[in-house]
Amino acid sequence: MEWLLVLTGGAIGAPARYLIGTAAKEHLRGPFHWGTFLANMAAALLLGFLVQAGTEDALGRTGQALLSTGFCGALSTWSTFSNEVHSMASARRIAGAAGYVFVTVALGLGLSFAGMAVAQALW
Amino acid sequence: MHLHPHPDTASGSQWTVVAVVAVGGAAGALLRYGASRLWRNGSDASLLWRTGGAAFPVTTLLINVVGCFLMGVLIVALKERFTGAPRLLNPMLGTGVLGGFTTFSSYTDDTRRLFENDQPGYAVANLLVTVAGCLTAVVLGVVVARLALARRRPAGAGEGGGS
Repeated sequence: MEWLLVLTGGAIGAPARYLIGTAAKEHLRGPFHWGTFLANMAAALLLGFLVQAGTEDALGRTGQALLSTGFCGALSTWSTFSNEVHSMASARRIAGAAGYVFVTVALGLGLSFAGMAVAQALW
Repeated sequence: MHLHPHPDTASGSQWTVVAVVAVGGAAGALLRYGASRLWRNGSDASLLWRTGGAAFPVTTLLINVVGCFLMGVLIVALKERFTGAPRLLNPMLGTGVLGGFTTFSSYTDDTRRLFENDQPGYAVANLLVTVAGCLTAVVLGVVVARLALARRRPAGAGEGGGS
């Protein structure tokens, strides 16, 4: 039944990313793709926390399948991200595209460590 | 939630898109789960979360590269070739299926665990190869789709070049 948990997490994570995107379009202006960025950062932080919680035996396989594989996996995306980078580069916004990649990867990795640290502090 | 007067973008259609994205996201996540069951390599959070495996996360890398390639194909198909296709196809297949299939969080987490397991070489390689692979894949998807889906020339204009 693990697959059903992954399916459920995916059915929540993807629309959450979509809604973050529409909210970002409405409230955050500028050339930056805030929606995808915020969804990816939130998922990186949360997954760092959840995986560490898993190694501390604080989260069973059920929680891992639902929240880690399903929800975080679907909340975050590479396909939309690289499509956005590609369209920025196609519009000759090379520096912007490179900056978007760098900030996303660097901060995402940092937030993964931060999520782990929070879980370590809790357990 | 929506205070601006846009009767044509009523919240009803908004929730139709949300539902369609949910269906696509469920399918994409399931495909990713299936792929990680087929090719276990110690990277997937749901499989080896106890040991925090330190193998190179090939499965996550492949999932993301394939998803980005298909995204390039999809964008060309929907925005350049089949412009009359149902509008819900883009949120369903792009935001939903491919967004749910590919994962940024596993990428950062796999990389973090490689650092934690004293494999900085693998970690840096995963960081760079994923970025290069995904960006190349989306460009390749666009190029391949443009070649494959190029409109046939109008009848009579160069149709005789079959042999």
